[in-house]
Amino acid sequence: MVSKMSDDIKSSKITDEKTYLNRRNFMRAGLLAGTTLATAGVYRFINPPPPKEIVTASIEDISKSEILVYKTAEKVNSFQEITNYNNFYEFSTSKTAVARKAEDFVTRPWTIEVGGLAQNPQTFGIEDLLKFAQEERIYRFRCVEGWSMVIPWVGFPLKTLLDKVEPLGTAKYVAFQTLYDPKQMQSSFSAGIDLPYVEGLRLDEAVHPLTILATGLYGKQLPNQNGAPIRLVVPWKYGFKSIKSIVKITLTDVEPPITWNIAVPREYGFYSNVNPNVRHPRWSQATENRIGEYTRRETLMFNGYADEVASLYNGMDLKKFF
Amino acid sequence: MNDVKFNKIVIFLNSLVPLALLAWDAWFGKIGANPIEFFLRTTGVLTIVFLFVTLSITPLRKYYGWNQLVKFRRMLGLYAFFYGFLHLITYSIFDKSLSVSAIVGDIWERPFVAVGMASFFLLIPLAVSSTNGAIKRLGGKNWQRLHRLTYLAAIGGVVHFWMIVKSDLTYPFLFALVLAGLLGYRIYAAFEKLKVKN
Repeated sequence: MVSKMSDDIKSSKITDEKTYLNRRNFMRAGLLAGTTLATAGVYRFINPPPPKEIVTASIEDISKSEILVYKTAEKVNSFQEITNYNNFYEFSTSKTAVARKAEDFVTRPWTIEVGGLAQNPQTFGIEDLLKFAQEERIYRFRCVEGWSMVIPWVGFPLKTLLDKVEPLGTAKYVAFQTLYDPKQMQSSFSAGIDLPYVEGLRLDEAVHPLTILATGLYGKQLPNQNGAPIRLVVPWKYGFKSIKSIVKITLTDVEPPITWNIAVPREYGFYSNVNPNVRHPRWSQATENRIGEYTRRETLMFNGYADEVASLYNGMDLKKFF
Repeated sequence: MNDVKFNKIVIFLNSLVPLALLAWDAWFGKIGANPIEFFLRTTGVLTIVFLFVTLSITPLRKYYGWNQLVKFRRMLGLYAFFYGFLHLITYSIFDKSLSVSAIVGDIWERPFVAVGMASFFLLIPLAVSSTNGAIKRLGGKNWQRLHRLTYLAAIGGVVHFWMIVKSDLTYPFLFALVLAGLLGYRIYAAFEKLKVKN
């Protein structure tokens, strides 16, 4: 048998050694290239590049203040940085994925119901709010996670809106609520926090001139990932207090519940003022990583707005009311 | 060049691909708004992934009879150590400015840092004893016993990941599931062995 089989193969059909080795090398090169490309593909799938920038409508007639606290002397972060590094758990718990996940978020029509303990409760359309006098406010923004940015917001003082509804004397707090639409907000089931997202301020914090409702940044209407069409900005508090995509504002006489405090009471307090002296179990609050810098810088009391806001907390133990 | 040697090159280069892409993206400024955080997270996840791949060699070998796999285990384990090392030095340089007191303070105050650090230190004796000479000196049995620390390091790595996550536990949960499978196999195999003995 054996000899018969070997007789069947003509010697001309036997691959000579050189061709055999060349073919083997060729296959090996292919295997090497193929597997590394596949690995690179997996990496790119897990870490996709940022989506294309979506240009929103410009906001007309923005007044720029000459007051230093409203414009800061610090270097402003780029539009790219501000719009591709966002905490917006309704869309994704990954800061770099929010921009893409929020691309199709529908923000028109949009109304905000402002009521509670008010003489004149009203529902405002976003068009009405965009007609309020718009100002530029360049603020430091400090996240509880230990990073910070400088952001050129556009908006108006929250007080302007609250004045329209005429808060009653009994009102002591303001509660805020974000839109909750699981059909548009896909990550809500695994975010690990109760939704809708709710936040709150004491009334004197809410009417403080630094507290604004932002409708835009860099002179244009807010991109979805930054909390379109309207969000709160409270620059002396950790970023999570600056609630996004607001649909409801309620004046109340009791301290309103806030989302992160409900989730982890030990880590996030109602006040959550930026405070380098109050330790946090996860992140150092004494220093911060300013986006765009490679060494950490000192975190300032009240995020550098102590002159403006420290008096709001006279006589309070800020370690207890963290 | 024989197949084992060639396959080693394939695995060696593939394991470097994530680092190469990290470096490429960093060089061209396409690594995102917070490069330090991204580098930290990526090297951390890679450490756990390589520990898992290392721990999957034995089950795969036993189940499919791919005995050749064991020849690649040392390299994969050393890659876990390598990415863990990158993770630790990124943290030490950029997060803690190489200040020993800041690092010690962090370990003291933040349990997840302590767990991560301990898991990395468990990998050091394993990396050191990975040479042929060390295996000979220790003797196969002792070497094997020592290298069971991998289990502890992998558990520590997953616990470390679980603890740092703020609220969305999806990924730590998936990692814990894989780890449970890998360790569960060992418990199952140990029981089987006992049964045969009796």
